Amino acid sequence: MRNTKYFRNSFYQKPLAELDYENMTMKRRLFPALARTLLFGCLFAVSLAPTFANPAHGSNPAAASIPVGTFEQRLPNGLRVIVKEDHRAPTAVHMVWYRAGAMDEKDGTSGVAHVLEHMMFKGTKNHATGEFNKIVAEAGGRDNAFTSLDYTAYFQIVPKRALPQMMALEADRMANLKLTAKEFEQEIKVVMEERRLRTDDNPVAQVHEALNAAAFRAHPYRRPIIGWMDDLEQMTDTDARDWYRDWYTPGNAYVVVVGDVDHREIFRLAEKTYGRIKSHGLPVRKPQNEPEQTGIKRVVVKAPAKLPYLIMGWKVPKLLDIDKDREPYALEVLSTVLDGHDAARFAKNLVRGQKIAQSAGAGYGAMARGEALFLVDGKPVEGKTVAELEAALRAEIKRVQDEGVSVEELARVKTQTIAAQVYKRDSMMAQAMEIGALEAVGQDWRNIDKLIEKIRGVTAEEVQAVAKKYFKDDTLTVAVLDPQPLDQAKPRRSTFTPRH
Amino acid sequence: MKKLPPILLVCFLAFINAAHAGPRIEHWVAPSGAHVYFVEARGLPILDVAVDFPAGSIHDPAGKSGVASFTRSLLDAGAGTLDEEQISGKAVDIGAQLSGSTEHDRAGMTLRTLSLPNEREAALQLLLAVLATPTFPDSVLAREKARSIAAIRDADTKPDSIAAKRFAAAIYPNHPYGRQATVESVERIGRADLVAFHRDNYVAMRAVVSIIGDVSRAEAEAIAQRLTVALPAGQAASDVPPVSLPAREVIKVAHPATQAHIHIGAPAIARTDPDYFALLLGNYVLGGGGFVSRLMQEVREKRGYAYSVHSYFSPRKLAGPFEIGLQTKREKADEAIKVVEATLTGFLAKGPTAKELAAAKKNLIDGQALRIDSNAKMLGYLSLIGFYGLPLTYLDDFPGKIEAVTVAQIKAAFARHVKPEHLVTVIVAGD
Repeated sequence: MRNTKYFRNSFYQKPLAELDYENMTMKRRLFPALARTLLFGCLFAVSLAPTFANPAHGSNPAAASIPVGTFEQRLPNGLRVIVKEDHRAPTAVHMVWYRAGAMDEKDGTSGVAHVLEHMMFKGTKNHATGEFNKIVAEAGGRDNAFTSLDYTAYFQIVPKRALPQMMALEADRMANLKLTAKEFEQEIKVVMEERRLRTDDNPVAQVHEALNAAAFRAHPYRRPIIGWMDDLEQMTDTDARDWYRDWYTPGNAYVVVVGDVDHREIFRLAEKTYGRIKSHGLPVRKPQNEPEQTGIKRVVVKAPAKLPYLIMGWKVPKLLDIDKDREPYALEVLSTVLDGHDAARFAKNLVRGQKIAQSAGAGYGAMARGEALFLVDGKPVEGKTVAELEAALRAEIKRVQDEGVSVEELARVKTQTIAAQVYKRDSMMAQAMEIGALEAVGQDWRNIDKLIEKIRGVTAEEVQAVAKKYFKDDTLTVAVLDPQPLDQAKPRRSTFTPRH
Repeated sequence: MKKLPPILLVCFLAFINAAHAGPRIEHWVAPSGAHVYFVEARGLPILDVAVDFPAGSIHDPAGKSGVASFTRSLLDAGAGTLDEEQISGKAVDIGAQLSGSTEHDRAGMTLRTLSLPNEREAALQLLLAVLATPTFPDSVLAREKARSIAAIRDADTKPDSIAAKRFAAAIYPNHPYGRQATVESVERIGRADLVAFHRDNYVAMRAVVSIIGDVSRAEAEAIAQRLTVALPAGQAASDVPPVSLPAREVIKVAHPATQAHIHIGAPAIARTDPDYFALLLGNYVLGGGGFVSRLMQEVREKRGYAYSVHSYFSPRKLAGPFEIGLQTKREKADEAIKVVEATLTGFLAKGPTAKELAAAKKNLIDGQALRIDSNAKMLGYLSLIGFYGLPLTYLDDFPGKIEAVTVAQIKAAFARHVKPEHLVTVIVAGD
């Protein structure tokens, strides 16, 4: 859930989408692990699996180094530009990340970060509505954007010669967006359709929404990224404009370029485009820390479906200090031991061995601006109940608490990590995402290799210790889908009220 | 079971087909009879291998839809003396990724491994074992049948899945392309079906082996031969019945969802049809080009009816579908369909404007570099070229083919392949 992103356009139905192609290299089984694809994006896959150490020569784990071929420059207005040169093909990825996501919203305007992301494709003082997409398309490129709890990011994947134009376009809409009431009225309808598609008609997504809303009472992670439907219905163009004015400023943004480029040329271009924008201060952000949870929480969602679904989330620490922290790395290894690969415990024991789970997953995101949850989820096979599945998932955790993990399991985590580092180099987009996602939570891209070494240094004792310390009922939230028969369900009207 | 992912892959591969001069593709026939497509790429210490067969769901035995999919997905459930835990464990121990897919026409396995001698050797040994000596254990089949049946029952409550299945069945009546696994068809499948399907369809002379990565031509030759020499020796693929066009029809399925799921389309084009390039360009303008497409402009940008609206051709061995798809809140379904139909009718009558065509050409030609900028993407092309018998110069020829298409050719191609009298509309959860 932590890594759920809302894209401006759906990848999954667009034949010409980059990520579909990237996904081709991923595991395609008859029944994809529901949890991993829907929920987590997996920290390993998204943010911790970089690209440099070459295991071909048995790289020394102790010698974590700063990634080569990556460069950074800070412009006088505060905007940082990070360039990673990759000369294998004459293409480039250009991304602009804003450190403003759904967690920065206020009650009553939930979803505005994502709505603004949609509005960013409308006109500016210099370009009419629709021109942005046309220019990217005619350059042979693809573009999209996504909003998460922690950040909002925009990207274009283009032949490298189009890069100067892309930088000019992004810089233009960083400062010059023309957000009209008329276009807002049209686009808010699109966002409501998006909510219907993703959440209202999707029982598992409803359960995820319910889990977050129950697990967090004070922290803004309790609100859905897409926003509550009622907030979308009440939202105005002024809300969107305020959001843009507050958060879209060079000092709150950074640019990531990966591709067949010369970093010095990119820095020069950045000065000529982004460098002309003046920075302003940001609204005060209050921490809104979640008070300590002192008892289990349970929530049930009823929706048309056949199979029930269960998700459990424990409050756990996130990564704060890369050098001093140990527990987040151990939690990361634990999630890999449970569900990091085909031979991991959940698939082996619950799906194949005991045949109790239709699917089962585990996920943990150490990288977050807000709070961290360790999530475990699954669907029981026909004939088994969610209670039985919950007991089986808990038994797997208990086994780690009682018996720890084996040397072989730790070795597999290391092997997977090394291989992922190499495979990541086959995708420019993956490399750009890795840098961007790390920076989004205030970590430094220079530490990418160090993070890998930290993961590889985790001991069996440390994994067992975090399993004992954090998996207690008092900090647990459980959300369940109670499936309802289709024929008894009444058609649900959209709850749309006339807008004023 | 095979709902969205296989469909996606087919249309995706089919559409990502532009090119400037691509990397040099080498082709030969191995002594085993397998056709091999190879690109040497030394930039990364990686080896990617795909082995495909004409063993897709179109070859399912009558009444047993799902056999192709089960055969492919159980290849790694036991092979030679290894059980499924040993297979997944061995792959994980060397950092190899062994995966597979089953589409309508083809099925196959893909391997990604580090190219170090030890890892490479172990990974290829594993791929060889699952391709040539699968054991299809009864216990695994029973478990996977149960999971499959549960997944089918669950999917049959979801509006998107209901709509996609109903649409496929309606546009391909009495044809294997329209059949899908059901609870009943899965229940009828036994181990003997998988053994026979493997023996008849995973044969050396029908195999297409695609290799890209950190190996030499000589090494690639040895790898391809080794992977296929132990496969069953069989005949060329058997013919499948021709596709007939359905009558125009509107099918409504009740469902309590807040949004109607709408599909409009018909069987349209085979992968080797000479109209391919005209349809690819025309569809870019109609509904394939994202935000610059007419459908997106009319349905989403002007009216806010839908988050997602698209059209695509998904070419197959025989006529694959043309399809328009969207979701809109249920009370707007009729209005949205009217807009879609008006947009399509206008396009069929006049084709794209000269300006739209020029923009589409620029995207497809200039965007070619993006579609071949990784080994993973090139592997997809090797496999596509090999399986559908496209020319080795396909990537090099692409810009020229695209550049040559005229407005008149697009109009004529659409007239031949998208006939309003055959369009089927499926609406799930409309009012």
